Amino acid sequence: MTGKVKQKSGVKGFFKKVYKYRAFLLMLLPGVLYTLIFAYYPMTGIVLAFKKYTYAGGIWGSKWNGFENFKFFFQSGQAGLVTRNTVLYNIAFIVINTVTQIAVAILLTEIHNKHFRKVSQSIMFLPYFISWVIVGVMAFNIFSSDYGFMNRLITAFGGEPIAFYTTPKAWPFILMFFNLWKGVGYGSVMYLAAIMGIDTSIYEAAQIDGANVFQRIFKVTIPMIMPTTITLFLLSVGGIFKGNFDMFYNLVGNNGLLYNYTDVIDTLAFRALVTNQNFGASAAIGLFQSVLCFITVLVVNKLVGLYDRDYSLF
Amino acid sequence: MAAQTSHLGKVKKGKDVIALDVIAYAFCGFIALICLVPFLMILAGSFSSETAILNNGFSILPQDFSMEAYKTVFKDPMVVVRAYATTIGLTICGTLLGLALQTMTAYVLVRQEFEWRNVFSFFFYFTTLFSGGLVPYYLLIRQTLGLTDSYLAMLLPLMFSVYNLLIMKSYIRSIPDSLIDAAKIDGCGEFRTLIQVVVPLIKPALATVGLFIALAYWNDWYNAMLYINTKEKWPLQYFLYQQINNIEGYKKMLASGVSGSVVSSVSLPTQTLKMALTIVVTGPIVLAYPFVQKYFVQGITIGAVKG
Repeated sequence: MTGKVKQKSGVKGFFKKVYKYRAFLLMLLPGVLYTLIFAYYPMTGIVLAFKKYTYAGGIWGSKWNGFENFKFFFQSGQAGLVTRNTVLYNIAFIVINTVTQIAVAILLTEIHNKHFRKVSQSIMFLPYFISWVIVGVMAFNIFSSDYGFMNRLITAFGGEPIAFYTTPKAWPFILMFFNLWKGVGYGSVMYLAAIMGIDTSIYEAAQIDGANVFQRIFKVTIPMIMPTTITLFLLSVGGIFKGNFDMFYNLVGNNGLLYNYTDVIDTLAFRALVTNQNFGASAAIGLFQSVLCFITVLVVNKLVGLYDRDYSLF
Repeated sequence: MAAQTSHLGKVKKGKDVIALDVIAYAFCGFIALICLVPFLMILAGSFSSETAILNNGFSILPQDFSMEAYKTVFKDPMVVVRAYATTIGLTICGTLLGLALQTMTAYVLVRQEFEWRNVFSFFFYFTTLFSGGLVPYYLLIRQTLGLTDSYLAMLLPLMFSVYNLLIMKSYIRSIPDSLIDAAKIDGCGEFRTLIQVVVPLIKPALATVGLFIALAYWNDWYNAMLYINTKEKWPLQYFLYQQINNIEGYKKMLASGVSGSVVSSVSLPTQTLKMALTIVVTGPIVLAYPFVQKYFVQGITIGAVKG
C-alpha cells in the first residue's frame, strides 16, 4: 500500500507523508525508541554466540571463535537434556492445563448457586496474583522433608516420609501441580468467556432434540469453544521451547541434585551467565532457543493456517 | 442456560442433571480448596509457635497460637518498610509511564488514516517472535546503559509489553470513528483528541492494562536479582526471596537490630519467621484482590480475542 505511493512520488512523496503524519509519528516515537533499544538492539547481541567474550572487548570488540560456544553446549550433553526437559514439561503443562481449565470453565457455568460460583472462581484466580517467590515458600511448606505437610499426610496414613528435595523423580509432578495451581483460574476465564458467547438457541435446539446435559456439553459446548481452544493451544505451542524461569528457579533454585529432571533451557542459560560468567556459552544457548522458538511459531501458524485460515494468528 | 435448567428442574430433575450438579459442585469446590490451602498453610504457620512447627510440621490451622514470629519481623520493621517503599515507587512510576506509552502507541496503530500502521504494528509484533535472549539484554542494561544498581534497571524492562499493547488496541478500536472525526472537525489536534476524547472513553482499559502492568512490577524479583547489588534497593519480592533463602542472615540482622542488648539470633524463630515475613509481604495484595479481580478478568477476555 505504501510501496505504490512511494514508487510514484519517490523520496519527496515519502517526506510529504512524514510531514502529514508528524503528529502520529511523534506519538509513536517513545514506543519505537523503547522497542529499538530494548528489543531490536539486543537482537544484534546474538553475535556473542560466535565470540569469546571479554569484558574489555564487549560485544563488538571480542574475538570470534566460530562454533566453540555451541560445542561446549552440545558436547556436554546438556543441550539434549535441557531441550528434552523444556519440551516435555511444556507438553505436560499444555495438556494438563488446557483440560483442567476447560473442565473448570464448563462446570462453573453449570453451578447455579451464584455465591458458590463467584467465591470458588475468585479463589481459583487468587494464585495468579502472587509471585513465584511466594509459591516457592508454599512448595517448601508442603514438600519440605522435615516440616512438610505432605510427609505429615504420608506418615499419618502409615507411609514412609519422602525427602522430596533430594528425589528428582518427584519434581515433574510437583512442577506440574504448581504450574496448574497458578494458572487454573486465570486460564479458565478465557474459556468461560467463550462459553458465554455461545448462542443459547443452540442449547434450546439440543434440548428439543432430547440431548441430556452431558451430550449438551460434549456435542455443543466443547465444539463451540474449539476456536478459542485452538488459538490458545497455538499460542502455547509457539512457546514450547521457552521454560518458565520464574517457576523453575523459585521452586528448584540451585538444587543441583534435581537438575536431571528439572533443568530447562532458561535455567541453564541463566547459570551459564550468572554463576559461571560464561557469556559466550549463555548467548549460544539463548540463540539456540530463540531460533527454535521462531521456527516453531512459524510452522505451527502455517499448519493452523492450512487447517483453517480464520484460526491462524497472522 | 442456567435459568433454563433450573426451570426444568422444578418439574423434575433428570438423573443426568443431578449427576452433573454433583460433579460440578464437587470438582469446582475441590479445585478451589486446593487453591486456598497453601495460603492457609502460610497464614497458620505464621501464627504458630516455632516449637510446634519443629515438632509437627506445617498445618492448615495454627498450632499453639503465637505472635512471636510477627514480633520478630517487627523488631526491625524499617527493612520491610524500605522494600515496600521501593516496590510502591516502582509500581506507581512504571504503571503511569507504561500506560502513557502504551495508550499513545495503541492510539496511533488503530487510526485508519495512518497508512503506515501495519508496518509499525509488525515492527512491534515481531519482537514477540524473536528475541536476542538473556545475555544481550543483560549486557545492554549493565554495560551499554550502565544501569547496574540503578532503580531504572527495575523500571525500564517492564514498562512496555506487546501483549498489553494488543489489549489497548482492541479497546481503542471499539471507539466509533465518528467521535474522533468530530473532534478533528472541531479543530482538535491528535494529542488533544487522544487526551480529551479517547482517554475518557477507555477508562476501563486504562484500569485493566494499568493493573496488569502494576502486577508485573509488584511481583518482579528477577530484574532486581540480575541488576541490583545494594540490599537497600531491593524491592519487596526480591527482599523476601533473599531473606527466605538466607534466613540465618536475616535473623542475625534482626538480633543485632535490637538496640543495646545483645540478643542471640539462635533464640529467634526460623520457620515461623519465614511465614510471617511472607504474610507481611503478601497480605496487602491479597486484600486488594477482591477489588481488582474484575479488571483482570476483562483484560484476559479481551486478550483471548486475537489482537
